[in-house]
Amino acid sequence: MPEPLRVNERRVAVEARNISKVFGTGEHALRALDDVSVGIAENEFFTLLGPSGCGKTTLLRLIAGFEFPTSGAILLGGEDIATLPPYKRPVNTVFQSYALFPHLTVAQNVSFGLEMLGKPRGEIEARVAEMLKLMRMEQLANRRTDQISGGQAQRVALARALAPAPKVLLLDEPLSALDYKLRKEMQLELKRMQAETGITFIFVTHDQEEALTMSDRVAVMSAGKILQVGSPRDIYDRPAERFVADFIGETNYLAGTVQGVDGGRAEVLLKTGGRISASYSEGMTPSGEVTLVVRPEHARAVEGAADLSGAVEDIVYFGTDTHIHTRLDDGSAFTVRQQNSRNAVLPFARGDRIGIVVGDDAAQVLRD
Amino acid sequence: MAREPELAARQAHRAEIRSRWLLSAPALIIIFVAAVGPLFVMLAYSVMVRGDYGDVRFGEFSSEGWFNVFFQRDIFDDTITYADAHLSIFWRSIRLSLITTVSTLILGFPTAYFIATRPRHTREVWVFLITIPFWTNLLIRTFAMQEVIRNEGVVNTLLQALGVIDQPIQILYTDWAILFGMVYVYLPLMVLPLYASMERLDFRLVEAGYDLYAGRFAVLRRIILPLVKPGLVAGSILVFIPSLGAYVTPRVLGGGKNMMLGNLIELQFGAGRNWPLGAALSITLMVIVMVALLFYVRNASRSGATGHG
Amino acid sequence: MARYFDVKRQTGFATIAIVTFVLLYLPIAILVIYAFNEGESLANWEGFSLRWFVAAANNDAVKQAAWRSLVIAAFAATFATIAATMAALATTRTRRYRGLTFKYAMINQPLMVPEIVTAVALLIVFSQVKVWTGYSGLGYLILAHTAFCIPFAYLPVRARLENMDLALESAAADLYATPWKTFRRITLPLLQPGIVAGFMLAFVISLDDVVITEFVKSGGQDTLPTYMLGQLRRVITPEVNAIATLFLALSVLIVTAFFFINRQKA
Repeated sequence: MPEPLRVNERRVAVEARNISKVFGTGEHALRALDDVSVGIAENEFFTLLGPSGCGKTTLLRLIAGFEFPTSGAILLGGEDIATLPPYKRPVNTVFQSYALFPHLTVAQNVSFGLEMLGKPRGEIEARVAEMLKLMRMEQLANRRTDQISGGQAQRVALARALAPAPKVLLLDEPLSALDYKLRKEMQLELKRMQAETGITFIFVTHDQEEALTMSDRVAVMSAGKILQVGSPRDIYDRPAERFVADFIGETNYLAGTVQGVDGGRAEVLLKTGGRISASYSEGMTPSGEVTLVVRPEHARAVEGAADLSGAVEDIVYFGTDTHIHTRLDDGSAFTVRQQNSRNAVLPFARGDRIGIVVGDDAAQVLRD
Repeated sequence: MAREPELAARQAHRAEIRSRWLLSAPALIIIFVAAVGPLFVMLAYSVMVRGDYGDVRFGEFSSEGWFNVFFQRDIFDDTITYADAHLSIFWRSIRLSLITTVSTLILGFPTAYFIATRPRHTREVWVFLITIPFWTNLLIRTFAMQEVIRNEGVVNTLLQALGVIDQPIQILYTDWAILFGMVYVYLPLMVLPLYASMERLDFRLVEAGYDLYAGRFAVLRRIILPLVKPGLVAGSILVFIPSLGAYVTPRVLGGGKNMMLGNLIELQFGAGRNWPLGAALSITLMVIVMVALLFYVRNASRSGATGHG
Repeated sequence: MARYFDVKRQTGFATIAIVTFVLLYLPIAILVIYAFNEGESLANWEGFSLRWFVAAANNDAVKQAAWRSLVIAAFAATFATIAATMAALATTRTRRYRGLTFKYAMINQPLMVPEIVTAVALLIVFSQVKVWTGYSGLGYLILAHTAFCIPFAYLPVRARLENMDLALESAAADLYATPWKTFRRITLPLLQPGIVAGFMLAFVISLDDVVITEFVKSGGQDTLPTYMLGQLRRVITPEVNAIATLFLALSVLIVTAFFFINRQKA
């Protein structure tokens, strides 16, 4: 009997334990998930983030029950559900294509799950009305689903999945079909919905910005593995691996050698000369040659010497900020992002030699 | 415990395959009983001894049926010669079918192109106009053609009225009548697949052709034709195969003398009372059709591999 | 007047197309017109009359043949549609499995063999079965028609299934619908236009059949097409035109309905 697991002092709603999923056999075999373990807490907004083909949707489909794992267990409230068919799992899905039933009205779509559960008529009607109200869709109850807009379809899909009050709601890139403005609106809406219902949301996306703005925690996936799990801040500020750093935001890399470790910080002698102190993730002890990451906005370009020095190759104006592309003395590239204001003028131009100040807690040692 | 989900998945997969066989069973059984199976029985009949009043003598085998497809034995001196009557019917069937295919192509290609280049909303109406004859009873269409080409029909009456001819031209009960009839009857089968591939034609490619100095004919030959080739091959096959096996059209328009393979086969089961020969002829016809189909399948898979790049 | 360059134009194509359409419809038009001829001849127009329609309507042989055609078509189309729908469910939306190609080949077999070949093969088998069983009813015709109607009924159902979003059934399962309920509430309703289209195609195909019916039928089992084929050997009166016109009207009606159902659900 598996013990109930806890994440950050909250009870675990869903746990994947050593899940592997292989599609096909022989030389055509594709390992979509490779020994993945992760726990998702109750009432958490948890995001699976990664490029297409990284296995995030497969993991979602395994939790929903549309696929069976090749090995491993999926625990829901401590019980293994890996072999249960989808219609016996208290888990509902918002599909990427919404998958609204085209022959049913909006209200009939929302009531479908409740009817299948055999709820009494009156309860179904009350619940459907409640859901439509929550989604502000009361007027569209009797519309056919091909007569509503993309944003409305999105809301119906959400209402339909939430109506049976599942323990866990799975969302498979639900915003990808919407235009930018609507997507922003729906991001807030989803956050609100999650807070109001208290249901655990597992959200799949390839959009890093979406993941950072909406989630309590994010799992970054690549090639069938979870590389890092953490709060959006953790993931962004302290990427554990090169892939994570690359996939989320822009990054500079610095090569160096560890001189010493003290109090959770490593003293690193950079290849370009100069020393900086860098943080590193739990469970590793940096030594020897390492790579550091520094986010462009965590560094500052100054006149004269600083932590780093190099020549300005290009200055690109972006409205809110300016990107200063430099070539460091060891030949590597380094970009600095500086906030713009109306009267500030950069005191240097292309070709000038400048110094770069790396902030106090700006560098992170990568696990390699 | 780790293997358990996989086992469940494999069991589910096996159960699914089983239910898929169960679901397809009725269709498979009906087609086996009333279409595929009888072909095997016919194959057996082709190697049996003919009965005196049709049918065969069960269990008595003979190669006479197959022999008679190509050869004949003189009744008096047993000399063996080619069965000229049969061979000429084979030849007529193949020749008429090829001419029918080419004729429908000449008429059908521009027609399909015309439809495909209409504005979207009128295009449907034109397609509909092709579909109507396609679904109209073949016998009725053959009968309609008969009325047109009869000696007292519209064509002859008109030509006589115009003074082009004095006497009606005998068209009915000639090979020409069969040809006209088959072209008329099978034309929609050429237009529809051609249209299907032309509808998907990307006219930006045609524009690119003109941009690169191709004239109208060069665009047609070098760009449009290669792109619609799958439809062209499909249309040709769809016309050629039923033409080869045509029965109603030559019977109604060709009269008794101008037989095609279909009528020769019928003759063996009717007045000829030579079932083994009829069975052998049927199988021969089927083999020719299969060869044509094989050609089509190979062609289709090849153009499928290179097309849609 | 200056003519702008039209990239889609090909010299002479429009002319040939118009000629083709005239050729397609002229013989049918003449056939229909002479059905209303007052006189007995198919050559001279002697004035408008419905007498041949009346004659056809009073002809017992015609009425019986027409009724028989409808009965056979109704049964064959129903059986074929049910079998084809099940087969379509069994052969779509799946990974390749052993026997799938065999199923495709079987289902499409009636389309690939010349009708006359199937007809004589059925003649051979059924004539023997008739001797063995003593039964010579409409069952043989219905069975034969069902077989060659299956590929036609299969086509639109399969097309509909392949265009159906697999996520819809996943969604139903996700919303606690058992496989049977998913089929009843989601798959079947969505499939319905394809099934209706398949039935109509099968019905028309059965109604139109001449060759197989001609060889399989027992004595006194003429359908409308085989009755007409028999009549064409004799001296033809406009009565045949009248029958053909009515038949034509029925076909056009069904095809038109089919066309609109398909368009509306496209």
